[in-house]
Amino acid sequence: MARTLYEKLWDSHVVHVEDDGTALLYIDRHLVHEVTSPQAFEGLKLAGRKLWRVSSIVATADHNTPTSHWEQGITDPVSRQQVETLDANIRETGALAYFPFKDKRQGIVHVVGPENGATLPGMTVVCGDSHTSTHGAFACLAHGIGTSEVEHVMATQCLLQKKSKTLLVRFNGTVGAGVTAKDLVLALIGRIGTAGGTGYAIEFGGSAVRGLSMEGRMTVCNMAIEAGARVGFVAVDDTTIAYLKGRGFAPRGDDWDKAVACWRTLVSDADAKFDAVVDIDAASIVPQVTWGTSPEMVTGIDGSVPAPEDFKDPVKSEGVARALQYMGLTPRMRIDQIAIDKVFIGSCTNSRIEDLRAAAAVAKGRRIAANVKLALVVPGSGLIKEQAEAEGLDKIFVAAGFEWRQPGCSMCLAMNDDRLNPGERCASTSNRNFEGRQGAGGRTHLVSPAMAAAAAIAGHFADVRQLS
Amino acid sequence: MEKFIKLDGLVAPLDRANVDTDAIIPKQFLKSIKRSGFGPNAFDEWRYMDQGEPGQDNSKRPKNPNFVLNQARYQGASILLARSNFGCGSSREHAPWALQDFGFRAILAESFADIFYNNCFKNGLLPIVLPKVEMDALFGLTEHSPGYRLTVDLAAQRIVRPDGHAIPFDVDPFRKECLLNGWDDIGLTLRHAEKIREFEARRRAEQPWLFS
Repeated sequence: MARTLYEKLWDSHVVHVEDDGTALLYIDRHLVHEVTSPQAFEGLKLAGRKLWRVSSIVATADHNTPTSHWEQGITDPVSRQQVETLDANIRETGALAYFPFKDKRQGIVHVVGPENGATLPGMTVVCGDSHTSTHGAFACLAHGIGTSEVEHVMATQCLLQKKSKTLLVRFNGTVGAGVTAKDLVLALIGRIGTAGGTGYAIEFGGSAVRGLSMEGRMTVCNMAIEAGARVGFVAVDDTTIAYLKGRGFAPRGDDWDKAVACWRTLVSDADAKFDAVVDIDAASIVPQVTWGTSPEMVTGIDGSVPAPEDFKDPVKSEGVARALQYMGLTPRMRIDQIAIDKVFIGSCTNSRIEDLRAAAAVAKGRRIAANVKLALVVPGSGLIKEQAEAEGLDKIFVAAGFEWRQPGCSMCLAMNDDRLNPGERCASTSNRNFEGRQGAGGRTHLVSPAMAAAAAIAGHFADVRQLS
Repeated sequence: MEKFIKLDGLVAPLDRANVDTDAIIPKQFLKSIKRSGFGPNAFDEWRYMDQGEPGQDNSKRPKNPNFVLNQARYQGASILLARSNFGCGSSREHAPWALQDFGFRAILAESFADIFYNNCFKNGLLPIVLPKVEMDALFGLTEHSPGYRLTVDLAAQRIVRPDGHAIPFDVDPFRKECLLNGWDDIGLTLRHAEKIREFEARRRAEQPWLFS
């Protein structure tokens, strides 16, 4: 019988099924970071249990680590304790790979996994982080999990799961110049809402997705969770295979050929049935900017801020009113007239080499506007930082007035010192514009890297397509 | 895990959609390496007038009188009413830990985000999805009847209002069993250890590159 990619991935990992359909899924790769693992390691220890398979673990410190003054170490004692706890736990249990603070390959866990070939097609991948969906770009079943589940996977190598419904999102046609993977996924969330994908596993397809690089596909899958879907993925094609060849943990020699043959089957069968299908005309998408406190509160750069009365549902209307008040915006204000205070280019959504190149192309030969107090560029990993420096991107950013930082999660969630002060407005390439996400009282607008750079130069949101 | 069988408790309303886990427990409190002590910082940015940091004496901080859960009539509530997509965003289990530490044992909402929903069950906190019409009625009753209470009966899968109206709800049989008995997931899964080992051995033989 014809199967979707989700069904193939699911079927190949089922160890046991309970009467009500709850399944035990075998987990191939477990990514670990400092914030959601300490309680799991402790629980394991208290129960006298051992790690089921050490070679499934790839760990790094990313959420708390500073992005400047590395010579001083981690000065915040609470953050330092969390990072040192991870060091100690990994020392005790072992791992396939550990990239600690200051290691050359350290970085954001969802950047580090793929770039080292630790994320391979057909894997189940878990991590105590909702943006684990990123790894779906490699046709993985990649779930963000809670800390109890982290402990469960450590102890049993399995995850308890109920099967999701399947949703195919097809981005048809070709995107226009200046329109990126970030714009595709923001436009989707604007259309189906932040709960639109709840209960579904999303397969992203269509010619515009096929045309994306692996970096772009990771950006799209990364934000599946912002559409409510715990997993999002893209089928394997030549782009996937070309990306993986020669990466650290990717197979070599005979194993490579066998693996490729296996990976080629990781596509939905032509006549497979999905529970729902959403078709989007990629050519009609313009660069996107969020205006509210939920990723679904988004519009094009040519649009304007809505008014609460535009929404009939009273809960929604009140939500919009509250969002506009929090964001300090007035109804009908044009998006390109919103001035910004800070810029953040980074996060597991948009900190890969392609993102940095896109932002640098805009910044090259220009200066950030006088009203922009801080413009941060935070590469996703040490390897990306090194590559960007080899390409001279760091010099372009610094010449334009940006700060070039060390890798980490940084101002996406502001667990370190990189944050917004109350009332500050930021053009951010991250994934969440929730109240207080980038610092208490901070105002976040989600955009692509090119659009963030354009905003930095103009001092307000600006259409990157008109800048060059 | 603490068992959940039947709960009779005071109800508190949080009448907004898309309440995210950053709002439930802001990131600065995720630096703790413990599972407990998050209650005083639940909804920190909405609850207090000042900026919250780990290690503060929360009893001395100025509270926001406009935040609903600060109202005297809702102190001691164990049942929370919410709207759609409650718990969206980050996978932080600190969110259910904070809600539970705050005193909640059940959350009634129009819908939940997947990861949050799942995390609740691992901590003896029962999330219940109810139709909008039932939620609208409960929000109205809670607002207009000080001291409004509900009975949540997991075994019978129903919520009983003081006026006798019973609202049935769905829950996965497996999750229900775990909650009713306070079972530890890991212990249950390890009953299948032999099956897991067989699966693993087969997978290793077929796709050895997944194991290095």
